[in-house]
Amino acid sequence: MNLLSIDGLAYAWPGQSPVVGIDHFSMAPGERVFLHGPSGSGKSTLLGLIGGLLVPDSGSLRFLETGLNRLSRPQRDRFRADHMGVIFQQFNLLPYLSVLDNVLLPCRFSRARAQKAGDGVLAAKRLLMAMDLDGDLWTRRADALSVGQQQRVAAARALIGQPELVIADEPTSALDTDRRANFLALLFEQMAATGSALLFVSHDRSLADAFDRSVSLDAINHPAGPEAAA
Amino acid sequence: MTLVPLALRSLRNRWYSVLLTVVTIAISIALLVLVDRVRNEVHESFYRTVSGVDLIVGARTSPVQLLLYSVFGIGDATNNLSWETYQELESARQVDWAVPFALGDSHRGYRVMGTTGEFFDRFRYSAGQPLVFADGRAFDDLFEVVVGHRVARNLGYETGDGIILAHGTGSTRLQQQHEDHPFTITGILEPTGTPVDQSLYISLQAHKAIHIGWETGTPRIGAQVEPDEAREMDLEPDSVTAIYVGLTSRAAAFQLQRAVNEYREEALTAILPGVALQELWRITGVAEQALLIVSAIVVAAGLLGMLTVLLSTMNERRREMAILRALGARPGQIAGLLVIEAAVLTLAGIVAGLVLALVLQAAAAPVLLDRFGLIVGTSLPELYQFGILGLILAAGMIIALVPAGMAYRRTVADGMQVRS
Repeated sequence: MNLLSIDGLAYAWPGQSPVVGIDHFSMAPGERVFLHGPSGSGKSTLLGLIGGLLVPDSGSLRFLETGLNRLSRPQRDRFRADHMGVIFQQFNLLPYLSVLDNVLLPCRFSRARAQKAGDGVLAAKRLLMAMDLDGDLWTRRADALSVGQQQRVAAARALIGQPELVIADEPTSALDTDRRANFLALLFEQMAATGSALLFVSHDRSLADAFDRSVSLDAINHPAGPEAAA
Repeated sequence: MTLVPLALRSLRNRWYSVLLTVVTIAISIALLVLVDRVRNEVHESFYRTVSGVDLIVGARTSPVQLLLYSVFGIGDATNNLSWETYQELESARQVDWAVPFALGDSHRGYRVMGTTGEFFDRFRYSAGQPLVFADGRAFDDLFEVVVGHRVARNLGYETGDGIILAHGTGSTRLQQQHEDHPFTITGILEPTGTPVDQSLYISLQAHKAIHIGWETGTPRIGAQVEPDEAREMDLEPDSVTAIYVGLTSRAAAFQLQRAVNEYREEALTAILPGVALQELWRITGVAEQALLIVSAIVVAAGLLGMLTVLLSTMNERRREMAILRALGARPGQIAGLLVIEAAVLTLAGIVAGLVLALVLQAAAAPVLLDRFGLIVGTSLPELYQFGILGLILAAGMIIALVPAGMAYRRTVADGMQVRS
């Protein structure tokens, strides 16, 4: 059974030409997929569709046998909170919260993840520790941390409560090469522990080797229709 | 509730602009509360002054005018009423006591009242309190005077001091002095918080004596009498300015009032002080309303200041909203955050404003008592004021719907993307 399966998905921003047209794409549970796409290739729109923030114009988007495109907006918001963790390129954290409170945020918005996390504070601390963030950082304001530390906090936050899918949108582009590798290593380790699947979007092909599978967005996305690509 | 702690943390993060906003709202609230409080205190203090008098009788005039010149020393009487009328009124069945008095002189800006010794026994203020002498006694000899608390304090008088009274109540510089007839202070009254504190009291006979030879309004050369001469004279007054009347039963007030108003021998006006005060408030009501409206506008300005602060943070908080959206926050929850922030700001402003008003009241109380004879307590706001404050809180939250609606639309349109 697929974790995520996309069929005939199409989307255009209101009043603009289509940006997403995917015939088929799927992910297995726990699978780590590298999605390569240059900027402007519609990857942010695709992530918005998968996250349930956008509704496709046509096609189906199934996640754990749930037709995401059939849900109402509040249901989609709850679904995202329950089943997905998100890591952005940068500025992932609410600056006025402590590191620990930032990691705990998903448990505030999703009862399911709070339940899976069990003792939320303990789970958060365990994840932070695993992400190489020492205890003296936990009570600091999030914006007191370095960019690399902030990205690792964001990873811990995306993983708390064991969501089925983690969506990462260029999470390493703000890091230098050494820390990039380190970040990926830590992320993968914890993904394995939580069993979450990872959809990792980047324009940096050098990272692709570490993943189970690498997909080029250009290869699957034909907004103008399949025949136009051929 | 997930949102309240988040909103509080977010506010604490911007404490500088938050503090300024709260202070702005607090000042506007304090102004509103103080304007309302002073209005109430003025009303109350006026009621206190007339609380012991059932009826005031004067020459025919408007009720408010009679009230103002007979009690509060504002304005002058245009006509007097005759001594015979006083005598007849005093002997009326319903009348318990009647204290006549004559106005028209002053001393260094303070009003001089010629009256009878009964005044000190009969006058009541603030729920039945009698006048008390802080020092000395009532006048006895013809040229003795009793002074109110503030007259004595502000002019530095003590019992035994001699003073000269001035003719008329106008500008002190142009006044002619009754310098042939110096008075001796025999008594100083305790403070009352009423116009009594700012008055001097002489006997009606003294009032007549110092005006012998002044019939034209200025002293006729040689027509005045020497003090010792005056003491030998029959000084029964011809007329008085007005009469304070106490009744045997308050129920008789309306009946006697009508009888006085329809008196055939002389054109008179009788007023029930409380009713005349109501009429006065109707007149001053416009100004009070204007003051309250201005205060309300200031509160509105304070709330608009808050709106400005909330709106100015909208752009820098776009990323924050995208993060919350990604975490599963619904657009409604993000809009709710802004409404909660506005509610917290407004509530903090209201509480701070109330505290500020109380502090200002406590600080200003001695000055108000001294300058205006106003007793301003530091009591808590009354129920209706809490109602108004509740409305202001609601208004603050309604105003917040502007940025909240904006945040709602943006978060729906932006999704997880941060656009700038």
